[in-house]
Amino acid sequence: MAYIPLDESIPGIRSLLAYFPAIEPAMKGLMQTMMRQDRGLNKGERELIAAWVSHHNHCTACENIHGAVASHLLGWDEADYARMIKEKAGASPRLEALLALARQVTCNGKKVTPEQIAKAKALGCTDQEIHDTILIASMFCMFNRYIDGLGLTSRDTPESLKTRAQHLAEYGYGT
Amino acid sequence: MPHIPLPEGIPGIRSLALQYPESGKYLYELVQILLRHESPLSEAERELIAAYVSYLNECEFCCKSHAAASRYLFADASGTVDLALHDYRSAPISDKLKSLLSIAGKVQADARTVTEEDVALARSFGAVDRDIHDTVLIAATFCMFNRYVDGLATLTPEDSQVYAEMGERMATKGYVVPEQK
Repeated sequence: MAYIPLDESIPGIRSLLAYFPAIEPAMKGLMQTMMRQDRGLNKGERELIAAWVSHHNHCTACENIHGAVASHLLGWDEADYARMIKEKAGASPRLEALLALARQVTCNGKKVTPEQIAKAKALGCTDQEIHDTILIASMFCMFNRYIDGLGLTSRDTPESLKTRAQHLAEYGYGT
Repeated sequence: MPHIPLPEGIPGIRSLALQYPESGKYLYELVQILLRHESPLSEAERELIAAYVSYLNECEFCCKSHAAASRYLFADASGTVDLALHDYRSAPISDKLKSLLSIAGKVQADARTVTEEDVALARSFGAVDRDIHDTVLIAATFCMFNRYVDGLATLTPEDSQVYAEMGERMATKGYVVPEQK
């Protein structure tokens, strides 16, 4: 049970946006801008960073949905996703360098070192990709805390997760 | 030096919003609503929560600028801000605000550690749903801003006068997305 009265039949962060609609345009705009473009990082990679950060923040609700959207977009099954999250198996050196940046940001932004940035750039990451990785990681440090700090629990079943993930993968966050 | 090219001489979040205006627009909109929209918490109290979380995240730019905005808004009681940042438990603030700062601190460290008891304590001091909600959301949002600003190593001014002016601007004009001159 959440700590404030929410319509918990609405899944995830959407129940919070329904509670406090004033922030809905900014939150949806931010999500659409950062998660729904293929310039530099593609949509699947963006969702993977979201799932990766949520995993390290132990936010199950966020990891489940963004992991499912990433898997849908990247054509992975559950085992592929589990191997990626646990061992970064299947990640290109470029993606691995970006996930390392996101991991540091999850702890604290100050933990990102010039050496890590240099490594990412040497592997071909652009300034835009580095920026987007750090902002997406920061955003999920917010979303994870918003959800967990208010005691939200996921009511998703494996089937509802799949349906929601497919919808988000196809239509995004604007609707 | 910032990790990526940003406009020179422009500090913190402003440099990021100038270089990356597509996301900057929504980030400014978000903070304007959180810290200036109607809320049971005063603007001074919300700026204090923002400064406190930034202090815990050791984000100097966000901590000093929001502390300055909070001092300006607390006006005659501006000394409250530094006392609260030093040790909120002994600061001259309400029990309600103390219990909310305690929740904000838990959200910063690990939001899963916020308990029903923490929320019940805040309610016993008069906190309503929106107090709880706004505290958690402000704390969560500054965990984003702090990481974004520090993760890209943006410019942090050292002169305290710069922050005093910034705080006054934030308090009187709110959060207006910067534009390229």
